[in-house]
Amino acid sequence: MNIIEVNNLVKEFGDTVAVRGVSFSVKPGEIFAFLGPNGAGKSTTIKMLTTLLRPTSGEMLLGGHNPLTESDAVRHSFGIVFQDPSLDDELTAYENLELHGVLYDVPKYIRRDRIHELLQFVDLHDRRDDFVKTFSGGMKRRLEIARGLLHHPKILFLDEPTLGLDPQTRNHMWSYLKDLNAKEGITIFFTTHYMEEADRIAQRIAVIDHGKIVASGTPAELKSQTNASNLEEAFLELTGKNIRNEEAGSIDNMRMARRMWGGGKRR
Amino acid sequence: MKTIYILWLRQIKRYVRSKSRIIGSLGQPVLYLISLGYGFGPIFEKAGQGDYIQFLAPGIIGMSIIFTAIFSGIEIIWDRQFGFLKETLVAPVSRFNIMLGRTFGGATVATIQGIIVFLIALLFGFSPFAWSLVPVAFLVMFLTALLFTALGTAIASLLEDMQGFQLIMNFLIMPLFFLSGALFPLQGLPSALTTVARFDPLSYGIDALRHLLINFSYFGLATDFAVLGIVAFAFIWIGSYFFSRIQA
Ligand SMILES: Nc1ncnc2c1ncn2[C@@H]1O[C@H](COP(=O)(O)OP(=O)(O)OP(=O)(O)O)[C@@H](O)[C@H]1O
Ligand SMILES: [Mg+2]
Repeated sequence: MNIIEVNNLVKEFGDTVAVRGVSFSVKPGEIFAFLGPNGAGKSTTIKMLTTLLRPTSGEMLLGGHNPLTESDAVRHSFGIVFQDPSLDDELTAYENLELHGVLYDVPKYIRRDRIHELLQFVDLHDRRDDFVKTFSGGMKRRLEIARGLLHHPKILFLDEPTLGLDPQTRNHMWSYLKDLNAKEGITIFFTTHYMEEADRIAQRIAVIDHGKIVASGTPAELKSQTNASNLEEAFLELTGKNIRNEEAGSIDNMRMARRMWGGGKRR
Repeated sequence: MKTIYILWLRQIKRYVRSKSRIIGSLGQPVLYLISLGYGFGPIFEKAGQGDYIQFLAPGIIGMSIIFTAIFSGIEIIWDRQFGFLKETLVAPVSRFNIMLGRTFGGATVATIQGIIVFLIALLFGFSPFAWSLVPVAFLVMFLTALLFTALGTAIASLLEDMQGFQLIMNFLIMPLFFLSGALFPLQGLPSALTTVARFDPLSYGIDALRHLLINFSYFGLATDFAVLGIVAFAFIWIGSYFFSRIQA
């Protein structure tokens, strides 16, 4: 049975159709990449899967549960690192993790150990009692990743987890995630704009453009389909070379600012 | 239970850590106590109504509670804008408990604020007629705070950003405060005004405070408690419904 099953999913925001009839599935234990240009509908799809948005139409199942009607069971089954900031700036790094651990009912003794372990892992242990508002963009990102790993979910959604991170941290993070995937069989569903990252990490890829899946398969399959020598070429072949110049909303503007400042000016 | 506690604690921490906010929010009540208390004191006394500071203090306590409480509820909009809201919305805990934790936290903060104003009022010469009833007055403060935090939560759950904020300030908080009898006795008013005051939950909170602190009441304590209790319950119910419908 597939752990994620999406069938003909549609999401409209007024006149904009963000997701237009998307179907795909992910097998348990798989590392799955969801690629697409800006505004393709990746985050919107993830938000629907993770109970944050109600779809306009279509079906989806997470671990056999429907996010719409069995939101509780679904929320128990996944962890997520959001594309946009989601920390409480007025709390310390430690407090943010502690709060997460309590919300996810991680037993106290495991929680304490794991928080220290993860803080060390993301190199924030000596900053643990500092307020998050004093952190740089990359530090915040690292903390969000640590938080996403605090409870060990069946499915981990990572929406551009490596945005604004230096290569050291990126490698470090992916090796940890691959390890977790191998040891605990955690399914990983991620998006990224770094094609070499997707090529290296993902076992399977779906490419979405303008709200529609335009191709899917293993990295090797996508490359041979398009006669490309690397995934970036394949991606450009599939999605065209035009820059997406849709009307940018406030979220898009904020993200643009973040990209331009290399993640350093995140609020 | 743990969910409620940890989110309650979060609100308290945020409050305690924002010293400038605490001090800033005390400026207004002090200003009212000075300008109105001393300014209208002589007229109030000439009209045979007694000491105006005595009368005014419970009203100003009510004012600081309604402001702090509704703002605490509305903080959800900030959490939405800064992104933290998503973190709680995907957590595997019921949204009702999330809402309760936040609301109790906000209500606790507003109560503390009310108690601080009470202490300040003492400096201005206010004195409760029976100290044994003061703890009950604190309970009334909490109930009032709960009611308005839940109202703030309900409103914030329906708003996308802070743009509606001025609207809320001018067409909700201000009228609720000014028409509640916080500043004047409800006795002998034009009947239109008393009717309006009857539909304002803050009237009952302030009335109960007056009953307990200066032994002066318009509705009677039983009515006050009944109305506050029922409306608080209703607002929590409505607030948690809207909160459970939030999308992010
Ligand atoms: N809340 C919203 N209201 C209106 N339109 C929205 C909303 N959220 C997303 N959209 C629109 O839906 C489309 C898809 O957005 P989405 O965030 O899913 O893109 P994405 O693939 O994640 O892009 P990126 O790579 O930039 O993160 C865009 O056109 C976006 O402007
Ligand atoms: Mg996105």
